[in-house]
Amino acid sequence: MKENKFQIDNNRIKRRIVLNNRVRDLFSVVIVLVMAILIVLLYGIGKDSIGWLDLQFLTSNLSIFPEKAGIRGAIMGTVYMMLVVIPITLILGVATAIYLEEYANDGKIQRFIKVNISNLASVPSVIFGLLGLTVFARMLNLGSSILAGGLTMSLLVLPIVVVASQEALKAVPGFLREASFGMGADKWTTIWRVILPVALPGILTGAILAMSRAIGETAPLVALGIPTLLMKIPTSVMDDFTVLPIQVYYWTLDSVLTREYTFLAAATIVVLLVTLFVLNSIAIVIRNKFQKTF
Amino acid sequence: MKDNNLEIVYDVKGLNLWYGDNQALKDINMKIEKNKITAIIGPSGCGKSTFIKTLNRMIENVDGVKTSGEILFHGDDIFTNKLKVEELRTRVGMVFQKPNPFPKSIYENVVYGPKIHGIKDKKLLMQITEESLKGAALWDEVKDRLNENAYSLSGGQQQRLCIARSMAVNPEVILMDEPTSALDPVATMKIEELMEDLRKDYTVVIVTHNMQQAARISDKTAFFLSGELIEFDNTDKIFGTPRDQRTEDYITGRFG
Repeated sequence: MKENKFQIDNNRIKRRIVLNNRVRDLFSVVIVLVMAILIVLLYGIGKDSIGWLDLQFLTSNLSIFPEKAGIRGAIMGTVYMMLVVIPITLILGVATAIYLEEYANDGKIQRFIKVNISNLASVPSVIFGLLGLTVFARMLNLGSSILAGGLTMSLLVLPIVVVASQEALKAVPGFLREASFGMGADKWTTIWRVILPVALPGILTGAILAMSRAIGETAPLVALGIPTLLMKIPTSVMDDFTVLPIQVYYWTLDSVLTREYTFLAAATIVVLLVTLFVLNSIAIVIRNKFQKTF
Repeated sequence: MKDNNLEIVYDVKGLNLWYGDNQALKDINMKIEKNKITAIIGPSGCGKSTFIKTLNRMIENVDGVKTSGEILFHGDDIFTNKLKVEELRTRVGMVFQKPNPFPKSIYENVVYGPKIHGIKDKKLLMQITEESLKGAALWDEVKDRLNENAYSLSGGQQQRLCIARSMAVNPEVILMDEPTSALDPVATMKIEELMEDLRKDYTVVIVTHNMQQAARISDKTAFFLSGELIEFDNTDKIFGTPRDQRTEDYITGRFG
């Protein structure tokens, strides 16, 4: 016989079950509230865009007549900017992550760099805009060109790509490295043939999320001073440009004077949201499809 | 009379190893002979895994490891730059405790080694694959599904695939670090049967916590205790008439 006086209190078990149910109900209410707010927002925007969002809207240039105005310029601007952002962030971001995770010794300097890359990811985006204005627009004389905007945006999302790639590399099981080193492979061979293929889905997921951030970000480009009204479609990286969120921003600002601009802004928001939604879905599909269990 | 034809592959001289301030190997002296199976036994924490991982310098991947003394591999000290670590690990293959195939096809696993050494000839790669898988007694089970992912194999098959993978670069030595500890008895038996054939072409050093296994398969047995090499002799001698009391206590199951 045990001597301690421990006894199971059945009422306590019942109370715990009740508490569990209440907590579940509370959380359900919270999620419904959040979804309701989102739905109201989407409904409002969707309703405003009806009749305005059509093929003509996507393929026309800006116009002083709201009925004829379109966002072709903004779409092309976004595409051009991403053509600068994607290669720069992927190459620099993945290379930085590989260096930090695979090559760098775990010294004080390396730890300082790692911590500060994470810190950079949370710096307000307008700060990056000011940095871009000083360095790219003024010092390098790039003005408010696509190149200046793309470089600024790359700086903004680079920390996200680096951190995501680091996590993906860290998640590669150590026994795979061991297996490769045990075969007489050097570090780079191991990284190229074993580690990167396994880490790639994680890296891609992070990269896509970073790209959708770059597409939706406004503040750094406002700081850079990209033009309000752009009638000309950009043709090279040195041209001035505008992007979708900036277009939304200026139409919304002017909607006090021209009522129709509200609908144009709403239609642009729908285009932007659909693009981001598709990108994020791709990221989720990649993550689920390639998630390997060892 | 000593057999003069015996060729020494590894000559370990005065090897000490520390993890930080903790000494894990103390003054190990040991000669490992060619085409023999050398088993290393001892209780948990005795340094047997540390020792085998020192033989191909894998231990250096652990932070804070320091060594002193020398390990001569065919007369060259493996700790000097005369023998590059990549070269050493190509001539000395390793099979790990837990099967660790790459998440690639069975074929890609076997040709990993040959490919990093620049072999591109498809016919040659296929020949290497067949010979290595036959050498690891896996060919008949996988010949029709070489393009399937290695993780579709059972644990025992995965371990034999890892043995085939290490054989694919024609190493002289295969180090095995408790290769059957994660396997069921049937898979273990298959690997033990395979060991018998390995002796012909390779020098094998195997760490095992299973004394019966050591007695069944090895020619020579080394008994480690608390980082020291207590006794090293022919296997029948170690299990029949050990010289040291501690060896006898361990093999008769009095501790460990």
